[in-house]
Amino acid sequence: MKNTKEAKQLNRRSFLQVTALAGGGMMISLYAPKSLAQGPRGGGPGPQNTPQTYITINPNNTFTIIAKNPETGQGIRAALPQIIADELDVDWSQVTVQQADFDPKYGSQIEGGSTAIPTNYATMRQVGALGRTMMLNAAADNWGVPVTELTTASGVVTHTASRRTATYGSLAAKAATMPAPTNPVLKDPKDFKIIGKPIPGVDNMAIVTGKPAFSVDVNPPGMLHAVYEQCPVFGGRPVSANLDEIKKLPGVKHAFIVDRVQIQGGQGQGLVPGVAIVADNWWLASNARKSLKVQWEEGATATQNSPGYATAANAMKAQASQPPAGGGRGSAVQGNVEEAFQGAAKVVEAEYYFPLIAHAPLEPQNSTAQFKDGKLEIWSPSQIPQPAGAAAAAGIQNTDVTMHLVRAGGGFGRRLASEYDYQAAKIARVVTEERAAQGLPSVAVKVLWSREDDLAHDNYRPGGFHYFKAALDASGKMTAFRDFVASVSSVTPTGEFPTGFVPNLQISSAPVNPFSIPTGALRAPSTNGVSFVMQSFIDEVAVAAGKDPLQWRIDTLRNPNPPPAAPPAGAAQGAPGAGAPRGGGGGGGFNAARAIGVLEAVRDMSNWTTARASLPKGTGMGVAFQFAHAGYVAYVVEVAVDANKKLKVNKAWCAVDIGSQIVNTSMAKNLVEGGFIEGMSHIMGWEITIDKGRVQQTNFTNATAALGYPPTRMNQAPPSIEVKFVTTNFNPTGLGEPSLPPAVPAIANAIFAATGVRIRSLPLVKAGYSWT
Amino acid sequence: MPNYRLTINGSQRTVENVPAEMPLLWVLRDSLNLKGTKFGCGVGACGACTVHINGEPRRACQTQVSTVNQAVTTIEGLSADGSHPLQKAWMQVDVPQCGYCQAGQLMSAAALLRRTPRPTDADINSAMSGNICRCGTYLRIREAIHIAAGNGTRRA
Repeated sequence: MKNTKEAKQLNRRSFLQVTALAGGGMMISLYAPKSLAQGPRGGGPGPQNTPQTYITINPNNTFTIIAKNPETGQGIRAALPQIIADELDVDWSQVTVQQADFDPKYGSQIEGGSTAIPTNYATMRQVGALGRTMMLNAAADNWGVPVTELTTASGVVTHTASRRTATYGSLAAKAATMPAPTNPVLKDPKDFKIIGKPIPGVDNMAIVTGKPAFSVDVNPPGMLHAVYEQCPVFGGRPVSANLDEIKKLPGVKHAFIVDRVQIQGGQGQGLVPGVAIVADNWWLASNARKSLKVQWEEGATATQNSPGYATAANAMKAQASQPPAGGGRGSAVQGNVEEAFQGAAKVVEAEYYFPLIAHAPLEPQNSTAQFKDGKLEIWSPSQIPQPAGAAAAAGIQNTDVTMHLVRAGGGFGRRLASEYDYQAAKIARVVTEERAAQGLPSVAVKVLWSREDDLAHDNYRPGGFHYFKAALDASGKMTAFRDFVASVSSVTPTGEFPTGFVPNLQISSAPVNPFSIPTGALRAPSTNGVSFVMQSFIDEVAVAAGKDPLQWRIDTLRNPNPPPAAPPAGAAQGAPGAGAPRGGGGGGGFNAARAIGVLEAVRDMSNWTTARASLPKGTGMGVAFQFAHAGYVAYVVEVAVDANKKLKVNKAWCAVDIGSQIVNTSMAKNLVEGGFIEGMSHIMGWEITIDKGRVQQTNFTNATAALGYPPTRMNQAPPSIEVKFVTTNFNPTGLGEPSLPPAVPAIANAIFAATGVRIRSLPLVKAGYSWT
Repeated sequence: MPNYRLTINGSQRTVENVPAEMPLLWVLRDSLNLKGTKFGCGVGACGACTVHINGEPRRACQTQVSTVNQAVTTIEGLSADGSHPLQKAWMQVDVPQCGYCQAGQLMSAAALLRRTPRPTDADINSAMSGNICRCGTYLRIREAIHIAAGNGTRRA
């Protein structure tokens, strides 16, 4: 009993569809043209002729709101429905959030790049406002009064003069028969009731009571469990394995070799060849794996190792003084740095290093798939769900894949590559076909990696070797800045501060070859590594200038050099006072005023100027700021370091500018705290090293410390991380990424302030440091 | 492969045809379909699989099923409706980000409060440092434990 009302043009940008539901409810859907539906990472535009259902108004005046993006822990499952609910003007307690499956009609469904808020904020507001306008129009028509005399609240329309009220639920059937509105009025942000509030995570009850909320918990009836052994050397492949022996082990149902399948368009490594063992439960499969003997063809990467990269990088550093030759990962030249060094009052030179690191989300990689009647159903924890890759792995058409988006136990960029989906798809097909040959029905298969698999088969945050030189004039102003990057796949910071604030600049790069370790995006690419080297070296320059390093940054930011040109037409954000740098990780132009804003805020929060003067010996405060993914973040950190290099973070202060509106104040603060604590992992313990083409680290801990991969723990976390959100008149943006990068140099700079020792190489554990 | 009789969350459960050395974690998850206890590292380093055995916190991934002869409590047994003071505090403080570690965190916290009803930050740090939160929600976990303990919201 559906009665679908024809779409009507709205603002030439989106189209509305209203569907009456049996029993008096209605569904509100949008047709979104490409400009609204496409995300920046190429999730693909939504077809223009398929409605995206967002709101269901139920007759009992409750509301089901679709969360279109996948959830990996940034709270987007609450945030996007919050925006709709506020403009719809219902109470959050009336709302049930429903996760969308993957569906091209929703356009980009990506958790990554801190893009979900900036790309969806306006649309979600419009969706909610459309719903509210329809309710107003229906009530006005019912009562014969002008819409202007009506108000809404809590899902009820009120005509105060006649004391009449009507619930949205009671108006839905009527609204579904009326012309679609053309003029939804958005709320004044000061009237927001749900946006900007600390709405708790929608899955919190399921999480604290142990309900099956995560990808690893997916459990279709009769499901089998798979482990997947990949060659420890990147690029290698299995030639043969003792499969017959494995198949005889307890609980093992299938064992087979999987060949490589290149996946077009996806990030990561495609379907990596390996050996699948499928058993009644995961432990039996894992136990059988201990008996697996594989003859590997390891390939050329088996000759590569981390010390080799370091030696090669060091041998290249003489290139730093040469003009960029091309062939690296980008360069920038302005003025003449070598001339400026000649005439400088002071020259500062330093070599920096940051390592490869793994993502290590706490939920190991997994995916569940069932192949049946030529079609694939898959439950994916991917941050960038793409049925095409699973289809290619299973050898079927994209249209034969149904993909459910399942909550993931952390992403941090790891799940922007979907190797586990490809493995599940392929294994599910083989299992179904082998079972069919035995007259058995299809069942689902979950492939689940061990922690060791996860550390050994990641797409790692690239490492970098930076060779810096800067010049100061007698007044302490920077007159030249040079960075040569000997790169193991890392990004060259051509757009980063101090670009745009120094008259002579040369940034160049060259690749360290051979390097065949897969790399990928980790939370706040590329600034998660670049911020450490740039904001640490800048700190060195400020100290060499004899200045307060926080004030020196502000003074430098106040003096663009060369003076800024007009922002390019069509810039994402019209940024008054925009300087030249693009900043790392996309998200519009760098705005020096906003960077100064967070620096001043964190200076005041931390009482920087006076507190620094009275710190005890061995205690210091450091500062850093970063423009990352359209957000501006500055930290001040106070650390204490003892004679045995025992390090303690006493306190951190953080100022954040992500625009005019924080959608969810609780999750926003949580993400800042988490970004800082992740930064503590980066600086102290995280490094992936390569020996003979394979990763050496095995698990979070290892009896041999260098083979562990230790995340920050409770006893290391500071007692307090004070967060302030600086509100500016710019479009709201995301916060998954920006809070991490400057945490690392802020801690490093605090160690310098405490000890006089400059931290130029990570992780600190290699230099004998540990947390107290 | 043998059968085992276990007491899980107050109920007698029989687990059929599993090896003696199979870890309790996988018995819970795959044999008994209790998915709340999580797999994170398999070596007892992350705490995601923390359960109580006779009231004491244990890593289920390091506990062979054949050695379990006392009552087991899992996150599902803390309370099914979220009414345990720690569960309520976790929701009040809005602790989770990804949420994957939180079952183990809650079980470690419950064991702590049984021993030390009014813990200090130092007590919390000591009892909870075996539980990794990759998202870094430690400050909120501390606060939630204090609230559940009736310590108020102090963090110092």
